[in-house]
Amino acid sequence: MSDALVEVPLREIAHGRTGDKGDRSNVSVIPYAPDAYAYIDEQVTVDQMRDAFAHRGVGRVSRYDLPLLGAFNFVLDDVLQGGVNGSLNLDGHGKSLSFLALSVTVKVPETVVENARQARESDRGE
Amino acid sequence: MAETNFHIGNAAGFATDRVDAGAPVVKALIDSGAPAALFYETLAERTLAYAQRNRLRNPDKGYNPDLDRFLAPVLADCVAHKIPILGNFGAANPVGAAKAIHRLAKELGIDGIKVAVVEGDDVREGLPSMQVQAWEEEPLFDVGRNDIVAANAYLGARPIADALALGADVVVTGRVTDSALALAPLLHHFGWDDADWDRVAAGVLTGHLLECGAQATGGYFADPGYKDVPNMADIGYPIAEVTSDGEITITKPAGTGGRVDERTVKEQILYEIHDPANYLTPDVTLDLMAVTAKKVGPDRVKITGARGHPAPETLKVTICFAGGWLGEGEISYAGPGASARARLAADTAKQRVEREFPGLPVRTDVLGLVSVLDGDSGGLAGALPETEWQDVRVRLAVNAEDEETASRAVREVETLYCAGPAGGAGVRLGVTLRIKTASCLIPRESIQPTFRLVEADNE
Repeated sequence: MSDALVEVPLREIAHGRTGDKGDRSNVSVIPYAPDAYAYIDEQVTVDQMRDAFAHRGVGRVSRYDLPLLGAFNFVLDDVLQGGVNGSLNLDGHGKSLSFLALSVTVKVPETVVENARQARESDRGE
Repeated sequence: MAETNFHIGNAAGFATDRVDAGAPVVKALIDSGAPAALFYETLAERTLAYAQRNRLRNPDKGYNPDLDRFLAPVLADCVAHKIPILGNFGAANPVGAAKAIHRLAKELGIDGIKVAVVEGDDVREGLPSMQVQAWEEEPLFDVGRNDIVAANAYLGARPIADALALGADVVVTGRVTDSALALAPLLHHFGWDDADWDRVAAGVLTGHLLECGAQATGGYFADPGYKDVPNMADIGYPIAEVTSDGEITITKPAGTGGRVDERTVKEQILYEIHDPANYLTPDVTLDLMAVTAKKVGPDRVKITGARGHPAPETLKVTICFAGGWLGEGEISYAGPGASARARLAADTAKQRVEREFPGLPVRTDVLGLVSVLDGDSGGLAGALPETEWQDVRVRLAVNAEDEETASRAVREVETLYCAGPAGGAGVRLGVTLRIKTASCLIPRESIQPTFRLVEADNE
């Protein structure tokens, strides 16, 4: 294992969940292991998330940081393209969107990817 | 020390949730020996509009259609062990639900059951005379319009707690905040003051963690190879053990599927949260910034640090109104060249809809390539390479003002059978009335929530 940087999808180091209210969606991004937090803080920016959701007509993007909980909360306006009121998308609630957010890429040391994997493994056996 | 804790179980997170989830939760509550309550959250934003329509058709209905199936497996045990049941399954007709519960109790041979209702949330009549304010950035809704199907204020926990104080075995509500269904038994049991903001905040967080049922215990979570969840077919619904100081431990019944760990709990803490420092409820403004989640045992996570600030002076009202028709049509293409044939089918149907109904909002997808993640204009799908062998499904959707237009537009998918690409198969067409929602705020004093026991009908 090395400190060499690797480019990986966010899903390799974090998980998340989408919720909705009206035409607004929130996506939590939660690192599997604590050492990923700083890299997400630095790289998964409001601008990057706006790019990832550009084809959805995203408006304002806000990011809230919860360092004590170990999580980030992104709030994406207008991505539901009408929301449950008017969306023509099969997924009017945007319940699938966390996986679009988790597909943005980050550059992190291999150790960070490995620690995330180990955190998942250790949580599995009980 | 278990006896100082109060346990709250959840048995449903939405109107058509699993009806067999409650029994294992109730068994766990009984086995614990701790004082406990059980709640059902069955009232999403639109559900009340459908309930109002049911009540219009039959004045005795308008409550959750699955009420008997939800309660029959647990009612006798809960009454016998003094575990009150709370639910917003009253929907548009809490009194009707209360009477149905009396009938069910009689069928099950349960004597002397006390059923309470909480009312006052229905503001459809009174709204035009209230001082209505805009909600967040929504434009101020015209509350005088005549197509409103339902308008309900989100009530808080106090009237529910007062109903428990009447000795109710079951408390039936209409629109209340989901979290109030968990906060109310805590207010009642511990005697927390309504202005003890940090404890009330902990009660609201308890409700927030539980209100979506299995979403706290491994539901809406599994991602094989990344986040594995055992035995999802028998996933256990969540139980919160709450101390008098507002420390929360989330767990689930022994022997059930699912899992409770820091990851499931953190995902649910932030579910449908916007500004985590200001989660507004009628009971408290919840601040999550100091919340921590710590695993303290197998399938046990302790949550501390909820902070509360005074509740807002206004109440949120959700208004449901009829809002046009959604038309949807689907057709499958499979085998070599399927995606190319599907795209040709989608373009053909869309071209015909746009020609026949200029300006009608229309969208097409090829399900199996990219669909739900895409935008209305197909930005992601256009960039995908063709692949040789696929089994995909074309979907066309329109928004129409009237049923006839929606129905005629989606028929352009059906005509692909004979006039579209080769091998078009398995057409399904659907036309659905859209219930739209809007929100506004009213001054807290505009309404007077009430609570009372409801007797059985004499027969």
